[in-house]
Amino acid sequence: MSHGKRTRTARPRRRLPFWPLVLVLAAAGLASIVVSLAFGSEAIPVGEVVSAVTDRLAGREPGRWDVIVWELRLPRALLAFIVGAGLAVAGAGMQTLVRNPLADPYLLGISSGASVGATAVITMGVLGALGIYAISVGALLGALVAALLVWLVATAQGGLTPLRLVLSGVVLSSGLSAIASFLVFLSDDPRAANSVMFWMLGSVGGATWEKLVIPAVVVAVATVAMVAIHRWMDALAAGPETASALGVSVGGLRTTLFVGLAVLVGVLVAVSGGIGFVGLIVPHAARLVVGAQHRVVLPVAALGGGLFLLWVDVVARLAVRPQEIPLGVVTGVVGAPLFLLLMGRGRYEFGGGR
Amino acid sequence: MSAGSPSQAPPDLALRLRGVTARLGGREVLRDVDLDVPRGGRLGIVGVNGAGKTTLLRVLAGVLHPGAGDVLIADAAGRLEDSHDVSTRERARRLAYVPQEEVVAAELLVGEMVALGRVPRARPWSRGGTAEREVVLASLAAVGLADRVDDPCDQLSGGERRRAVLARGLAQQCPVMLLDEPTNHLDVSWQLRLLEVLAERAETLVATIHDLDLALRFFDVVAVVGWPDPDRRGAGPAGLVAVGRPEDVLSAPNVAAHFGVGSTQVAHPHLDQSHLLIHARKDLS
Repeated sequence: MSHGKRTRTARPRRRLPFWPLVLVLAAAGLASIVVSLAFGSEAIPVGEVVSAVTDRLAGREPGRWDVIVWELRLPRALLAFIVGAGLAVAGAGMQTLVRNPLADPYLLGISSGASVGATAVITMGVLGALGIYAISVGALLGALVAALLVWLVATAQGGLTPLRLVLSGVVLSSGLSAIASFLVFLSDDPRAANSVMFWMLGSVGGATWEKLVIPAVVVAVATVAMVAIHRWMDALAAGPETASALGVSVGGLRTTLFVGLAVLVGVLVAVSGGIGFVGLIVPHAARLVVGAQHRVVLPVAALGGGLFLLWVDVVARLAVRPQEIPLGVVTGVVGAPLFLLLMGRGRYEFGGGR
Repeated sequence: MSAGSPSQAPPDLALRLRGVTARLGGREVLRDVDLDVPRGGRLGIVGVNGAGKTTLLRVLAGVLHPGAGDVLIADAAGRLEDSHDVSTRERARRLAYVPQEEVVAAELLVGEMVALGRVPRARPWSRGGTAEREVVLASLAAVGLADRVDDPCDQLSGGERRRAVLARGLAQQCPVMLLDEPTNHLDVSWQLRLLEVLAERAETLVATIHDLDLALRFFDVVAVVGWPDPDRRGAGPAGLVAVGRPEDVLSAPNVAAHFGVGSTQVAHPHLDQSHLLIHARKDLS
């Protein structure tokens, strides 16, 4: 903090106007989704991509790129956008719930729980009856069980207070990670460790139109719901005492947020694995450019997160063709310097720099 | 006006506590507190560090639920209702509580922070319109910060931040304001002005305060939080040891017993008001 260094003429941190920014981000998102379809192991000219998409939308006869563009790349691009948006919104919500700038969507042990579920599927073949959905379902179950555990532990000790949530989340995370590692260790399949690691670091490679529906609905509902209570979120971010004095039922709001975030993150992990960093940095970046009110942070974070992960996926596909890098690797490598750069620009202090 | 006289016809009250016990982390902090807060009055809560002034204020504000006893809140017509029957949101339209120390989000502008005071009256999804902006500006003007409305909160000094947070309380536009140490961090001129400003805008004002001299001059009623046996300070839960007119409550024996200092009330040589002079107790030096 810089008490006393205040100067009345200090340049106000430049905030970008909200609506123009949202429009630009939305337009950039749409354009990026189409343009990104051109990239991949088979490079397709952008013009062809556009006509493949418009052919479909207009109900015309599918052209030669139809399968690659419409059946493979478009669902994948959309899933990347949806997951990125969902992670960013979940991160913003989690940071408000626990009032901690280091919180990310996986704080509540959700990703570790999911990895236990996914690992059990990969190494032991449980849920085999579900076929290609086995890993997703396993991960979702693991995520929800982990969230339930955190909830039980925190509640048993007196309530969903930020510190208790953070501590029980962190402790249970490491416990569950250990279990996942143990499952890998037990397995006699040498490729299991590899598959588990790839799954953990995240991918949107398996996207299909059918797989898009649930995450799209969940992300949309969660985002709209959080924006619909943006004033209560602002009050909660100001602290439980203040929120309560402002007529917000803190316990109820925390429980609602917790359950909502657990479902949101559980679904995201189930479809894409544990993509790190997006949920941590995108909300901060959004606050830097539009300020801390949830009314503006959430939409900007959602669009920014979607855009970010969309291009991360493009990089992941192109960087070491024909191999694909896990998304978590790219988000870390690209995201860390990007965020440090942003943070250096404005004297950014989440929650007063306490 | 005295506490604990249930047989009398109830006077016009804003808040009433009956037999309130408050716990913090399993420890009983306050026991058996009866207090009447008169409507339209100014009530000061004094006491040594750790006696439970803030706890008492939090119980009054409904932020801390009492372990036992009743908290009654007056509705717009002046009828007392049990606090359990008043929703959190409705309570925040009657009582504006401003806690003592507050971490203000650095990424909020001053105006945005003050606008939080409109939360109890706005729908949670609504955007602040011009009407809200006017309330925010008026509240900030009252504390002398209207020109800082679009500055980031972290560019405020300690005293300015305190005033800005109090402006948020004003923006709640409640008949009752409950303030924890409102004069902390303020310079001398603002200490006096701010209390007057707040009292003008709120029908009823309840505040904890350290400055006994200010308490003597400013409040209609002063309540002392302390231990019945002053020699066993800190042993067991505290309670209200004196409630009444400031000049009676802050008498030399009371101040000596509950604050451990000597004191004299003297008339100001030019103004029609009393001042409290504080000195070290001779028998303790």
